Amino acid sequence: MTLHVTSGDPRVAEVWASLASVTDPELDESVTELRFVTQVEVDAEDRVHIGFRLPTYWCAANFAFLMADDMRVAVSSLPWVRQVLVDLRDHMYSDTINEGLAQGRSFKSTFSDEAADEDLDDLRRTFRIKAFQRRQEAVIRHLLDRGWTVQAILDLDCPHLATLAIDDPEAARQRSRYLEIRREFGGSGDMAFTTAQGEPVDPRNFAEYLSLLRRVRINTEFNGHLCRGLLQARYDDPAPDGEPTLADFIAGRVATGNTGGNDGCRK
Amino acid sequence: MFKTAEGEEIFIIDGHTHLWDGSKENQKNIHGGQFIDCFYGYHTALSPKEYVWPKEKFDKYGAETMYNDLFVEGYDDMAIFQPTYLKDFYVNGFNTTEQNAVLKEKYPDRFILNGAWDPRDGEAGIEALHELVEKYKIQGVKLYTAEWKGASKGWKLTDEWAQRYMAECVKLGVKNIHVHKGPTILPLNRDAFDVADIDDAATSFPELNFIVEHCGLPRLDDFCWIAVQEPNVYGGLAVALPFIHSRPDYFNQVISELLFWLGPDRLLYGSDYAIWSPKWMVEKFMAHELPDNIKKDKGVDLDLDAKRKILGLNAAKLYGIDVPAHKAKLSGTAPAGAEEKTMAQVAEVLGD
Repeated sequence: MTLHVTSGDPRVAEVWASLASVTDPELDESVTELRFVTQVEVDAEDRVHIGFRLPTYWCAANFAFLMADDMRVAVSSLPWVRQVLVDLRDHMYSDTINEGLAQGRSFKSTFSDEAADEDLDDLRRTFRIKAFQRRQEAVIRHLLDRGWTVQAILDLDCPHLATLAIDDPEAARQRSRYLEIRREFGGSGDMAFTTAQGEPVDPRNFAEYLSLLRRVRINTEFNGHLCRGLLQARYDDPAPDGEPTLADFIAGRVATGNTGGNDGCRK
Repeated sequence: MFKTAEGEEIFIIDGHTHLWDGSKENQKNIHGGQFIDCFYGYHTALSPKEYVWPKEKFDKYGAETMYNDLFVEGYDDMAIFQPTYLKDFYVNGFNTTEQNAVLKEKYPDRFILNGAWDPRDGEAGIEALHELVEKYKIQGVKLYTAEWKGASKGWKLTDEWAQRYMAECVKLGVKNIHVHKGPTILPLNRDAFDVADIDDAATSFPELNFIVEHCGLPRLDDFCWIAVQEPNVYGGLAVALPFIHSRPDYFNQVISELLFWLGPDRLLYGSDYAIWSPKWMVEKFMAHELPDNIKKDKGVDLDLDAKRKILGLNAAKLYGIDVPAHKAKLSGTAPAGAEEKTMAQVAEVLGD
């Protein structure tokens, strides 16, 4: 394919920005922050080419498909984009997934035999609930650490939580992610903290409830630690501490062409 | 043997070890290559730097290296072999009972030899299980439910044939069923490492002990839930334990959950050698203390008593090891000076 793009092309930054909103469903972290996306290029026909990779050859195919599809949808919403071509590399189902996506097929039809009873929407929802619980735990824990009583926490409503002064940047990030997901779960009322089913939390069972949220978080973090470590071991890229953020991409501090990450893969 | 500062000897049974051959020569296809590469990813991501091996050594380290790492450099007193066949990926299998048996024969007091079965082998597999018991007197098996076999990418303990195999285990006295329930890899959509089928198996076969290797991680909540209900379910700490080095805060959270839900009597240490070396892991585990806020929060403690049980006493109970008698036996056995020939035989069998 012939690619005509420079890293200074503002459209490349637009693509990166929209990819940043796509998350790994299990980790609830952005695919750009996780360094899964290695390449964004725009060709002369306004087609976007996205290269991405995963921590192992074995990463579950349904997650891989889901992420790739989300990327396609997110980037397609940019007004100038004519087509999005997602290229998953070094995965056991690279070819199958890339082909399925290019033909606009569903996961079910792409993996007709093995995925007969798989419903990606169910999967997406399961992980979305976990993200809700995990972010909620982080916000509650922050408030508890700052001396809030259980009752005061349970009395809080969304507008107050949204405007609460939070000095810790990580806690603030957790709050904004939580409030985003809060719109999908937790019922129609204004209460800041409810169960994922929208039920109020009984203050008498608060410790148990928090313990449940905590287990959800521990599971997710296990995957997060492992995935980051495995990705690092597999591709031996620049150190994880200094990993490029979206801001780096937009400011052009990171080459947005093929960074060679793919070439570094052991075959 | 690990000695505390006070001079107490801690008896250590490493619940999860392998002698594998992941070398290029043994790889059948790209899956074999990617499988050992993935292990190497775990190894490099979570080992202290000074314990990271070159890839070539990791692929195939051989029997002598293993003995040395576990018992000479490391503090293990005994180690349990957990075979992983993967015959669809490796010409001679990745880590088979027969390969492991060679080391067991040379150091009978050091190793506990486990077998394996696969319900997809049907009647022939039942016969093979009988042979394993007869030949090696095995008391346990390692089950790898995500192993590929032709078109099949895995199986569940709830499968009809799996039930028959477990019934056979009861009959034969193979009472320790180690099941790999760890991080997600394929098969495709249904995760064969999902821990849910343990529940049914543990209820149906109360005579058997189910040691859930890797504690079902990342499905720790499912695992804890099941283990609370089923008294014959245990947690193997392999893969959870190495976090003690690179992510100690995270390790504290995991171990405190396990201590809270299962207690110190149902957890087993395992290095997962050669993914990780037992030396540093035992040192760090013995030196490790839970922070006060976690102790208070969860009402648990990783004290010396808990460490003793996790590192050896719990496994000793499952495998009928009389610890004081075994300690005496081990201190009396010099590691075979007149057995050079045997070591050569070891090398021959392993193709070193």
